[in-house]
Amino acid sequence: MSEANFKLNRRSFLQAGAVGTMLSAGYSANAFAQSETPHLSDYQPEYFTADEWKFIVAATDRLIPAEGDGPGALDAHVPIFIDRQMAGDFGNAADWYMEGPHDPDAPAELGYQSPLTPAEAYRAGIAELNALCQTEHGAVFAELDKQTKDAVLAALDAGEIKLSSTQGADLFDLLLQNTKEGYFADPMYGGNHEMAAWNHIGFPGARASFREWVGVEKPYPLGPVDISGKRG
Amino acid sequence: MARQEKKRDVVIVGLGWTGSILGMELCNEGLDVLALERGEDRDTVPDWKYPNVADELKYGVRYGFMQKPRNSTLTIRRDLSETALPYRHLGSFLPGDGVGGAGMHWNGHTFRPMAEELELRSYVERNFGADIIPDDMTIQDWGVNYAELEPYFDRFEKIAGISGKAGNLNGETVEGGNPFEAPRSSDYPMPPLDQTVDSNKFADAARKMGYHPYPRPAANASRAYTNPYGMQLGPCNFCGFCERYGCLNYSKSSPQTCILDALKRKPNFEYRTNAEVLKVELASDGKTAKGVTYVDANGEEVFQPADLVILAAYQLHNVHLMLLSGIGQPYNPRTGEGVTGKNYAYQTNGGTALFFKDIDFNPFVGAGSNGHVIDDFAINQIDFAAEGFIGGSYISSGTFNGQPIRSMRLPAGTPKWGAGWKSAIKEWYGHSMSIGSHGSNMSYQSNYLDLDPTYKDKHGRPLMRMTFNWKDNDIRMTQFMKGRIEELAKSMNPDIMQSGYKSKGAMYDVRPYQTTHNVGGAIMGSEPNKSALNRYLQSWDVHNVFVMGASAFPQNIQYNPTGTVGALAYWAVDAIRKDYLPNPRPLV
Ligand SMILES: Cc1cc2nc3c(=O)[nH]c(=O)nc-3n(C[C@H](O)[C@H](O)[C@H](O)COP(=O)(O)OP(=O)(O)OC[C@H]3O[C@@H](n4cnc5c(N)ncnc54)[C@H](O)[C@@H]3O)c2cc1C
Ligand code: SF4
Repeated sequence: MSEANFKLNRRSFLQAGAVGTMLSAGYSANAFAQSETPHLSDYQPEYFTADEWKFIVAATDRLIPAEGDGPGALDAHVPIFIDRQMAGDFGNAADWYMEGPHDPDAPAELGYQSPLTPAEAYRAGIAELNALCQTEHGAVFAELDKQTKDAVLAALDAGEIKLSSTQGADLFDLLLQNTKEGYFADPMYGGNHEMAAWNHIGFPGARASFREWVGVEKPYPLGPVDISGKRG
Repeated sequence: MARQEKKRDVVIVGLGWTGSILGMELCNEGLDVLALERGEDRDTVPDWKYPNVADELKYGVRYGFMQKPRNSTLTIRRDLSETALPYRHLGSFLPGDGVGGAGMHWNGHTFRPMAEELELRSYVERNFGADIIPDDMTIQDWGVNYAELEPYFDRFEKIAGISGKAGNLNGETVEGGNPFEAPRSSDYPMPPLDQTVDSNKFADAARKMGYHPYPRPAANASRAYTNPYGMQLGPCNFCGFCERYGCLNYSKSSPQTCILDALKRKPNFEYRTNAEVLKVELASDGKTAKGVTYVDANGEEVFQPADLVILAAYQLHNVHLMLLSGIGQPYNPRTGEGVTGKNYAYQTNGGTALFFKDIDFNPFVGAGSNGHVIDDFAINQIDFAAEGFIGGSYISSGTFNGQPIRSMRLPAGTPKWGAGWKSAIKEWYGHSMSIGSHGSNMSYQSNYLDLDPTYKDKHGRPLMRMTFNWKDNDIRMTQFMKGRIEELAKSMNPDIMQSGYKSKGAMYDVRPYQTTHNVGGAIMGSEPNKSALNRYLQSWDVHNVFVMGASAFPQNIQYNPTGTVGALAYWAVDAIRKDYLPNPRPLV
């Protein structure tokens, strides 16, 4: 995305009041507190357009909400992870066999058969879903209230909303999978900010040395480290 | 016109487990050996050093060390009437790519098969009668028996440096080992690994039920060890990044840690990476191979002449190369004639998860081959006629890893997302274990491999097509195991318990990872019209082509394949050295 577009993104973001909504509805208190890394709200997406970015922020915030114990997807910077994945090899299906013919109606058990890359599937699917929300609920996904967002996601998950533009790629599955990846992957990929998701469940990250813990039935006392050597 | 290279005594296609074994043994024979590996060069440092390798996203989820379908894949369908579609990204199985092959990112469960499995058809006919074998089931004997292979199992276990406990030493039962195994001439070279909490609890429960738990034979070193090639392993630290990763600690047996550094020092060994073999070139009479054609790193085609061609490219690629090169008559599933592509089989697995609120399992404390196993429902313990199926399973429990993207076991009914999911991952991560059934898979007339009529690879060659589905016999087997495992699991009083086994009508699903235990397609046997290879893994038709790997299995054993793959490689290379080289000819 070009610089100009991005500025537009920031502006429309604020105009739509999305940051305000996110602060109250999405972020738990400590996320904005004293973090040294750039806030999620300062992030400039590499792949997603302004409208798509709003969708990603809003949808991941419902998939892993801030409410309750533990970080939400926004606290963990999951949208940054997803954007970087889309700009990289995964989004571009760099490792996948993408030759035709494609049969988007193939039985699900035969695996991914869409002609679209994941990044293209997000683009097409978000546009279609937003249009659908606009028709049915009078606003794009990001501007709906929590309950309606959850209902839309649940319908998408259950296959009650079917998107034809993704040509067989399952937007919900991709989004949920990438959201969990961003929550739990090493922080160098942009998500799992401050190893908060690892702390939440008690996974020690990249420690990778447990000789003296084999067969020991009590809680492991040490917090996580990441690949860069930071402690969480 | 392809560029032509200097002729070699031996060309080996693929430098994974079997390619490395053949390379070493044939170099020791004084031959001039060249290995061609399609992928990158790889070694402990720099490719899987700490901490970079402890990266779940890159290696566990995005398959950093595995075959890229863009470069190499196949098509899959479930029956003859379905249109096969490409395996566009990895899922069900994860073939290796690069020096070390899948042998660098395996788990290391290193079993011998049961003696009965190697003569399965005869065993069934003798004990239960031929009429219990369903019409479409095409199981065969291997053409080699356990006693003949025993020294070669022993050899592979010593080269790979396996940690374990014998249960049958020269016919004497040994307490703590597997009492149902066939006799071994010596114990494992290293004592078993220490065991994690789940593994110990499973073993206690199994003992209470009168079963016979033994530690899983592990290609993860329990001690410091030096193998017969002078290669050294250090003790495994239960890093929890084993399967799908290279070992950061020189503890996992792999071609790199057990063979390659010693092999690379030999002046008569050379290997080339980024060298993908396209075809085995046959002489005009089709009875011998002249060498192979490969594409080098610059995309140039090269003809590499050699006197002896070893296919060591992994089961799938061995069969693909044979089909593309016209080695053996392609199998026809309608008539049952032909041999190349015949009897593709897989592994029939299932499992039960047990949740315990108050137990801390610390699932990140794991090793690739950690665990206890029982063989009380193994192939040689089951009355096939009474139970109504042919086959068996080993049942086991142990933690390999607790990486959170892939290994987040949650009770059924937990929301997949939202606040409920977020609280459940905290509540349950580290508070569950599982008991698995790892079972045999028989071969059938309609499960086979051939060339796809539609899809091509980047070199313009047809992709291989897999036709495979689950069959009732194997589903009955896995359902039987479900019953046994659930009894055992209940005796452990979990707070919650849930099972996942294939049930009647199950269709093969390529999406979830199952195993990289693809077998068959170039099976060994004692009759040229029923198998592609003779008992020495030599092509019946093209006598200077020997084909390594699990492609030789006529049906799948109940165990992980590599113990058998390794032993067969040593068995075949011994025949090459002692019998073939002095007088090259069909050995049978
Ligand atoms: C995730 C995982 C876990 C596993 N765990 C276990 C386990 O616990 N126990 C067990 O018994 N087995 C396990 N296996 C299976 C085990 O890795 C294989 O059985 C073993 O590596 C097979 O040895 P091989 O020599 O036949 O093939 P590989 O070791 O895979 O080597 C084949 C090599 O050939 C190369 N090649 C392929 N085609 C060509 C070509 N056309 N030209 C040039 N080179 C080519 C490949 O790149 C590769 O390097 C596991 C496998 C995977 C992927
Ligand atoms: S679990 Fe052990 S053998 Fe496996 S990679 Fe870690 S240290 Fe190596």
